[in-house]
Amino acid sequence: MNYEVTHRTLYEYAAPVSVSQHVARLAPRVTATQSCSAFTLEISPEPTLRQTRRDYFGNELCLFSLQEVHRSLEIITHSQVAVTAPSLRPAESAPPWEEVAELFRDPVSPAVVGPYQFVFDSPQVRAAEDLAAYARESFTPRLSLLAGAQELTRRIFTDFKYDPKATTVATPLEEVWEKRRGVCQDFAHLGIACLRSLGLPAQYVSGYLRTRPPEGKPRLVGVDASHAWFAIFCPGVGWMDFDPTNNCQPCEEHITVAYGRDFGDVSPVAGILTGGGRHEVKVSVDVVEV
Amino acid sequence: MSQSQSQTTPGAAAAKPAASPLLAGYPSGNAGYDEFMADAGGVRPHYAKLVAALGSYSPAELKRRRDICERLVHEQGIAYNVYGDPRGMDRPWQLDSVPLVIAPEEWSVLEAGLIQRAKLLNRILADCYGKQELIYSRWLSPAMVFGQPDFLRPCHGVRVPGDRYLNFYAADLARSPDGRWWVVSDRTQIPTGAGYALANRLVTSRTLPEAFRDHNVRRLAGFFRELQNTLTGLSPRGADVARVVLLTPGPHNETYFEQAYLARYLGYMLVEGQDLTVRDNQVWLKTLNGLERVDVIFRRVDDDFCDPLELRNDSMLGVPGLVEAVRAGNVVVANALGSGLVQSPAFMAFLPGLCDHILGEKLLLPSVATWWCGQKEARDYVLEHLDELVVKPAFRSHLKLPDPSQPLDAAGQEEVARHIRFDPDLFVAQERVEFATAPAWEKDILVPKPIGLRVFLVATPQGYQVMPGGLTRVSPDGGGRFISMQRGGSSKDTWIPSLTPVTELTLLQADRHNVELRRTGNNLPSRLADNFFWLGRYSERADATARLLRSSLRLFNPERSSGAQPLLAPLLQTLETQGQLPGISEKPELRQNAEAFEAELLAAIFDLERPGSLRQSADHLQRLAMLVRDRTSNDMWRVLSQLNDRFATPTASLVMLTGDAMGILNETLIGLAAFHGLARENMTRAQAWRFLDMGLRLERAVYLCTLLNATLHSPEAENPSVLEAVLEVVDCSITFRSRYNLVATVPAVFDLVLLDDKNPRSVLFQIKQLAKHFEKLPEEREDAPGAGKQVVGQCLARLNQTDARELASPSVKWTETNLSATITATLQALPQISDAIAANYFAHAAISRTGRGSES
Repeated sequence: MNYEVTHRTLYEYAAPVSVSQHVARLAPRVTATQSCSAFTLEISPEPTLRQTRRDYFGNELCLFSLQEVHRSLEIITHSQVAVTAPSLRPAESAPPWEEVAELFRDPVSPAVVGPYQFVFDSPQVRAAEDLAAYARESFTPRLSLLAGAQELTRRIFTDFKYDPKATTVATPLEEVWEKRRGVCQDFAHLGIACLRSLGLPAQYVSGYLRTRPPEGKPRLVGVDASHAWFAIFCPGVGWMDFDPTNNCQPCEEHITVAYGRDFGDVSPVAGILTGGGRHEVKVSVDVVEV
Repeated sequence: MSQSQSQTTPGAAAAKPAASPLLAGYPSGNAGYDEFMADAGGVRPHYAKLVAALGSYSPAELKRRRDICERLVHEQGIAYNVYGDPRGMDRPWQLDSVPLVIAPEEWSVLEAGLIQRAKLLNRILADCYGKQELIYSRWLSPAMVFGQPDFLRPCHGVRVPGDRYLNFYAADLARSPDGRWWVVSDRTQIPTGAGYALANRLVTSRTLPEAFRDHNVRRLAGFFRELQNTLTGLSPRGADVARVVLLTPGPHNETYFEQAYLARYLGYMLVEGQDLTVRDNQVWLKTLNGLERVDVIFRRVDDDFCDPLELRNDSMLGVPGLVEAVRAGNVVVANALGSGLVQSPAFMAFLPGLCDHILGEKLLLPSVATWWCGQKEARDYVLEHLDELVVKPAFRSHLKLPDPSQPLDAAGQEEVARHIRFDPDLFVAQERVEFATAPAWEKDILVPKPIGLRVFLVATPQGYQVMPGGLTRVSPDGGGRFISMQRGGSSKDTWIPSLTPVTELTLLQADRHNVELRRTGNNLPSRLADNFFWLGRYSERADATARLLRSSLRLFNPERSSGAQPLLAPLLQTLETQGQLPGISEKPELRQNAEAFEAELLAAIFDLERPGSLRQSADHLQRLAMLVRDRTSNDMWRVLSQLNDRFATPTASLVMLTGDAMGILNETLIGLAAFHGLARENMTRAQAWRFLDMGLRLERAVYLCTLLNATLHSPEAENPSVLEAVLEVVDCSITFRSRYNLVATVPAVFDLVLLDDKNPRSVLFQIKQLAKHFEKLPEEREDAPGAGKQVVGQCLARLNQTDARELASPSVKWTETNLSATITATLQALPQISDAIAANYFAHAAISRTGRGSES
C-alpha cells in the first residue's frame, strides 16, 4: 500500500520568542515492511541552524534553532511511504512467554542486548506488581508469547475507554490505570508496562494510522492523527506490533515513524523557548492512499 | 568486611598513654578502630604531636581556640543548606577544630589505590559511552548500563576530549575495625566537598597555627592549581583564551556556599543555566554588553538536568542545546555528561573483575562488600541475610526503601524481600559499614566519634592526582552507621604530614610572565546586575527605615498626655506609605495608648513577618549578599551577615525596651554605613557597582520624596520641631545649622532636601546620579517598554525648574504649589524608572517548553 502523508504543526505564541530550539522526529522509518521514497521537512520561519542525525534508537532526528524574534512556528512534512503487510505467523508458533522472559534474566546473552534495553523501566513507564497481576490474566502459564500479547491487546481495548478528554501528555500511567480511560499513547504505555512487569521487552512505536471515512461519506483532509502502539520482541522473528487502541495487529494501515522506550524518546516535536508566554498548537495529519 | 586485600595499618607501635586531662573521657581498647588510640591503650605515634600541642593549652586557652574556630566559620559564612527546613537556608557549617591526622606512609598506599580506581572508573565510562565491549565480552552485566536512568542515551557516542570522562572524582572512605580502608561510595558526577575541605583547612590552620606548622602539613593549593590547569586545558579554543564558568543549580542547592566559594577561589564566574545560551552550537554567557563565548563548563548541575532539550525536558536548571554544543566539540563539560553512570553502588560488585580485565591489575582499594540482586547467587545470599545487610536501589529510582541507618525489623525485611523478588535488578545489598572513630570535642574533653573521609582526585596530563587531605565527616551520634551532612553531622580538616618541607603557593601567582592587563570587567551577567540593584535598594530601605524609626522612638514621649504626637506625623505617614506601619493613620487609638504605640514601632523593627520591617530588609540583604558572594569582598559579606545576626540574637526575641531598640538601630545604621563605605571605596566602578548604586539612589529618592510629601501635607509642617525631625531623619541637621544658623523654615528645609544638588541626601542629587549612571550603561533595548533614561531626564528638568521660595509666600497653599506637584511627579516616575531598568537589563525572559504534540 502506498501513502502520501502530510503532517502539519503550527505553534502560535502570545509573546515574541527571542530564541527557540527544537527537536523533531518526523521522518518515517525504514523497516522490513516499510520503505520511504521521499521525505521533506519544511520549517518556517527559516531556522538559523538545522541538523539531521540519528538518535540512539536509530530514529531520524532534526535539530533546529531559530535565533531571530518570531511569533509563530510552522513545521510541515511530506512523506511518501510504501507499506507491505508483515507475514503474520500463527500465534501458537511462538515460544511460551516464560521462556522469552528467561532470556532476559542475568546472565543475558550479548545476542539479545538490543531488545534487553526495553525490559527496564523508562521515565514514563514503570513496572508494578498490580500491572504484572493484570498481565498474568492474559499470559497464562506456558501460553505462547504472541497469543498472550493478542489477549493483552484485546483486554486493554475492552477494559479501557478511549477518551481524549481524560488525559494529557503529562498524565502518569498510574492515573490512566485508575481512571481506565485514555488515548492511544496511554494504552501503548499501559501495554508496555504490563509486558515489562512480566520481564518481557516492549517498545513504544509512534506513527500514523490511515482512517477510513464512514461508508458513503467523502474523505476529509487533515482529520487523521498521530498514532501510537507497542511492539513486543519475539525471538527468531524480531519486533511485532500490537495496537491496543484498535485491538489489532498493525498490517498495511499503520505507518511507523519512530521507536523508543516510551513517548519521551519519540516525541514528534519538542522545543524550548525563551519568551513566548502562552502558546497554542494546531496539528493536522493527512494520510492519503496513492 | 569479607574481602581480603592487603593494606598496611599504621600505628603498630603505640606511644605511652598521654596523661592529659583532655583525654579523661577517651576510652582505650574500643570495639572498632580508633584513629588516635591504639588497641593497647596508647596514642598512635602520628598523633603524638597533636596531643602534646593540645595538652599544652590551659582550659581557658582551649576555649579561646574553639571560639576562634567558631567565629572564623561564622565570618566566612561557611554554610550548608538543609532541604525542607525553612530556616535551613544557610545553616552554619559544623567544624570540629581537631583535625584527622593520617600517617604519610599510610596515605601513599591510599593514594595508589585511589588513582587506580579513578583510572578504572574512567575507562569503564569511556567503554559504556563508546563501543560497549565490556558488555559484549560479558565482563559487565548489560543491566548496569541499560537499566540505569543515569545512562544518558543522547550522550552515547559523543566524543569526549582524551576520553577523559572524570576530570574530578571523589570517593567516600571508611575504615573497618581491622584498620583497613574501604570505599563506601564513588562520586563521579558532581564530586562535592572539596571546597568545604579547603574552607576547613583555612579555619583549622588559623585555629591551631602552631600545631599546623609543627606537623609540616601538606598544602591543598597545589591540588586546586592542577584543577585549574585541567579545566583550562579542556578548552576547545586552547588554554590561552579559555573561559571557564562554574554552573550552579542556584542558591537553594545544599552546597551553594561551596560553589560560590570555589568559583571565587578558582577565579571562575558562577553562573546559572539561565545566564547561558546556545547559539550556533556554541555556548554563550549573557552579559549586559552582549554575548561572550564560554569554552568550559565546570558543572554542579546533575547530568540529566543539564539540557532540557535533549535530556530531562522538565529541567529549568540547564542550558537548552548544550548536548548538541558538546557534540559539536564547541564546549567541554566537566565532568562529562553522563558520568554519573558509574557511581551506582551496583558497579562495586563488578569492579574487582573489571580491574583485572581492563588494567590487568588487582583492585588495590576494596569497595564495601556489594551484591547485585540481578545475579541469582547474589540474590539468594541477600535474601538469606537481610538482617545483616543494607539494601539500596541499584539504579537511581523512585522506590522508597526503609531508612538505611536503622536495622530492618521482620516486617521491613519481608517488604524488602518482596520488592527484590519482583524486580531483582533494581537492588543491591551492602555490608553495614562500621566507621572508625577519631577524637572530637565534647565540651572540654576529647571523645571518640565515628568518622568517614571523602577524598578528591583531579585528572592531570600526568595522570590522576590526589588532594593531600580531604573532608572528614563526623557522625552526629555514637552509632556510627551513617554519616550525612544533611542529617546534621560535623566535619574536620584532614592533615597529611609531609616527610619533606612543604612549599607555599597561592593560585594567584599562576603565570607571572604572561599577564594580559584588563581594565573593564563589563561582563556582568544580567541576573547578577539584578541582584546588585536590589542589594542597593534594600540597603537603602533598611537605612531609611532605621532612621525613621530611630527618630520616631526618640521623639515619642509617653509622658505627653496629649498623645497626639503631631511632631511625628510626617515620619509615621512615610512609614505607613512605605509599608512598615500599615494603617497607622486609621488607628487613632494607637496614638493615645503609649504602650500599644511603642509595640507597633518595635514590630516595625523586629517582626520578620511584617512586610518592610527592618528585620525583613536585613534578611533580604543577607540573601542577596549570598547571591552575589562570588562578586563581593568577604568584608561586605561579613558586614551584611552581622547586620542580620543582630536581629537573630536571643535578646532580640525577649521583651524589648525602647532603649534596647535604640541601641540596635544605632548599630544597624553603623553597619549600613560600613557597607556603603565598602561599596564606595572598594568596588571598582564597573557595572556591579553601578547597579548597586542605582538601586540605592532610586530607593533613597523614594523615601525622600515620600517624607517631603508627607511633610507638606502635615498640619504642623511649619512647626520648627517637625522640620527638625525631618532634618534629623535625612541626616541634614548639621548642614542646615551651619548654613542658616536659625530655626528651620519650610522653604529652607525643602531647598536643602529637595533641590540642593550638593547635598548627597537631596532628591536632586539622587536623580542626577541616576542620570549619570544611565549615560554609562549599554543602550536600552528598542523593543523594551519604557525608557528609563528619558524618564530620568524629565525628572531632572522638572526639579531644575522648581524653586523652594514659592513656599515662602504667606498666601500660598503648599499642597497646590509647583513644588508639591514636582514631588508628586517624581514619586510617580521612580517606579517607572525601576521597571525600565528591570525590563532593559535584567530581562531573564522565562524559558518555556512547547507542548509536545500528543498522540491520539
